[in-house]
Amino acid sequence: MVDIAERAPRERGSLLTNPLARSIFIQATLLVLVIGAGWYFYENARANLAAQRIATGLGFWNNTAGFGISQTLIPYSETSTYGRAFVVGLLNTLLVAGLGIVFATALGFLVGVARLSKNWLIAKVAEVYVEVIRNLPLLFQILFWYLAVLSTLPSPRQSFSFFGLAFVNNRGLVVPEPIFNEGSGAVGIAFLAGLALAVIVRYWARARQMRTGQIYPAGRTALALIFGLPLLVYLVLGAPIRFDLPELKGLNFSTGLRIIPEFIALLLALSTYTAAFIAEIVRAGILAVNKGQTEAAYSLGLPPGLTLRLVVVPQALRVIIPPLTSQYLNLTKNSSLAVAIGYPDFFALFAGTTLNQTGQAIEIIALTMAVYLAISLITSGLMNFYNRRVALVER
Amino acid sequence: MKRFASMLALGLVVCAQSASGQTLKAVTDRGMLNCGANGTLAGFGLPDAQGKWTGLDVDVCRAVAAAIFNDANKVKFVPLSAKDRFTALQSGEVDVLVRNTTWTSSRDTSLGLNFTGVDYYDGQGFMVRKALKVNSALELGDASVCVQQGTTTELNLADFFHAHNMKLKTVTFATANEAVKAYDAGRCDAYTTDASGLYAERLRLANSNDHIVLPEIISKEPLGPAVRHGDDQWFDVVKWTLFALINAEDLGITKGNVDEMMKSPSPEIRRVLGLEGNSGESLGLTNDWVVRIVKAVGNYGEMFENDVGANSPLKIERGLNKLWSKGGLQYAPPIR
Repeated sequence: MVDIAERAPRERGSLLTNPLARSIFIQATLLVLVIGAGWYFYENARANLAAQRIATGLGFWNNTAGFGISQTLIPYSETSTYGRAFVVGLLNTLLVAGLGIVFATALGFLVGVARLSKNWLIAKVAEVYVEVIRNLPLLFQILFWYLAVLSTLPSPRQSFSFFGLAFVNNRGLVVPEPIFNEGSGAVGIAFLAGLALAVIVRYWARARQMRTGQIYPAGRTALALIFGLPLLVYLVLGAPIRFDLPELKGLNFSTGLRIIPEFIALLLALSTYTAAFIAEIVRAGILAVNKGQTEAAYSLGLPPGLTLRLVVVPQALRVIIPPLTSQYLNLTKNSSLAVAIGYPDFFALFAGTTLNQTGQAIEIIALTMAVYLAISLITSGLMNFYNRRVALVER
Repeated sequence: MKRFASMLALGLVVCAQSASGQTLKAVTDRGMLNCGANGTLAGFGLPDAQGKWTGLDVDVCRAVAAAIFNDANKVKFVPLSAKDRFTALQSGEVDVLVRNTTWTSSRDTSLGLNFTGVDYYDGQGFMVRKALKVNSALELGDASVCVQQGTTTELNLADFFHAHNMKLKTVTFATANEAVKAYDAGRCDAYTTDASGLYAERLRLANSNDHIVLPEIISKEPLGPAVRHGDDQWFDVVKWTLFALINAEDLGITKGNVDEMMKSPSPEIRRVLGLEGNSGESLGLTNDWVVRIVKAVGNYGEMFENDVGANSPLKIERGLNKLWSKGGLQYAPPIR
């Protein structure tokens, strides 16, 4: 570039024929046009909204929302603000999307591997699952889980009881609610310490295996550390975490943690639907690994399970991760279908109720777009980071 | 998606058709009135088996079309959900919104709308299963209540429970259909909406006799037509169409006797029917506008009885919606 800039004026002498000047001019004109168009649309919308006396701006943010929400992860009441409702909705979306991604991935990997099984029955069951689930509309599946399953459940007074600990009825699943008393923090710290120790043990075991060839049961030790340590602390401190059992009072269960059926239905539908797509991605990824790799592993004496885990899957991941990212993004965006069954997700609360109560379509739609864009960009950013790490392992 | 597109349209090209006179001209040029209606609520806006729209709100639109075109069929009904209705009006997708919409100060002042009057005085109530053995809304503590998104109902419900120190589990659905279906499936203890809507929805339940409407009315719900802010002439046309319907009932002018009434010596009746004065022309219509309206849909009382009252499956009493002279609230300024 510098080269051209120094040489061009000498050769041509005219600004008009100078490539650098021309490209700067074109870029600048384009920029001005884009900004101008943006400004025109903004100004036009603002002026017309003002002329029609439609309120503008984010002044509503701190106003009282005045509507109830059936599932809130943070304290919320009818007297809270629209801003708080925004956060409640966002958390509800993140909850269902996050858990959905975990379940869909686990189920998808299982089904994907099962489709390649040598066992005819397992392979066929997996195939039927994939073909049925991914070829039916998601909205249909959400409504199926919600209405077909919900209508067969009994009313709260006739709940199915699981040994008096948990109850299922048409208001959802009621489970014992943990009450955190003094000392609960220590149990949490023990859990984290167990987690850290497990990681250290794993590295130590690997190093030792490299050195001596001896295999240490790192998995079992890790399990013992992660769950045993907090349990020990829990018992030593005299059971600081208590569980409140569900109790029927009046029309509904007044104590216990209630998981609403809308959440269960949405989570089931999203995870099973996305799992069918993930299964195909996993199958494709595994098939993409050269058969020679498996044969080589077998000839070295590795059993099929270890071959899959140590040889095939690490190479398959390179193929799996990019399309898997799209499935995660799809799942997150599909969670906005929640509005059909009344799950209070971000879209339903913010682009639905809040938009209607305040009437400020432009601000709210813009914010909604920004939020989904941010969630998607963060998800794909994390996945790309992971993808690069997996790619480096390649030899 | 269509609604989303109209929101975008609102953002980008926000219709400049709010200047006075523009809407009437646009409607006349188009030869068709675009009317935002309910689409799923019996008695107010619902297409019947033949696809003909019926209901009190729908008839108000027909009356406006009759006044403009002398043809009550020149209306295109656009079914709208509670959530999307205001955006549809703001963006110009419909010319008038008559969708059992409650007149409130915030809607009147910050949504860019103007309410033109009240075609039905309503109030919010609750429906529960008889088996629940609940006799009052005050016994609904800890209840799950199904409600439709984007309604004043949603807010009144929260207010009512808050004011009476009761806990509430709201389950909010995008449409009344979904809310009622979930209530019917047992997801909620109670379903709440305007009392008129409760009677209409109850008819659609699997076993309507198993459900009762609780006696409490917890809010004021004056339902009426709304138009875009800024076009005063169009505002006047819709407002006076409603007043004409009420005035016609007041004066005893009916669909059956309107020709007869043309011979009446009463100056008041002659003025209303456009034989004297120029009430129609000042509105931008013709002077026989009231004759056209009454011939098309009858007067307010006839509309009421046919759509929601004694001649309809709903059989709702007139109650607050009686004429002022009979102990109700329906009152219209005189046409003169």
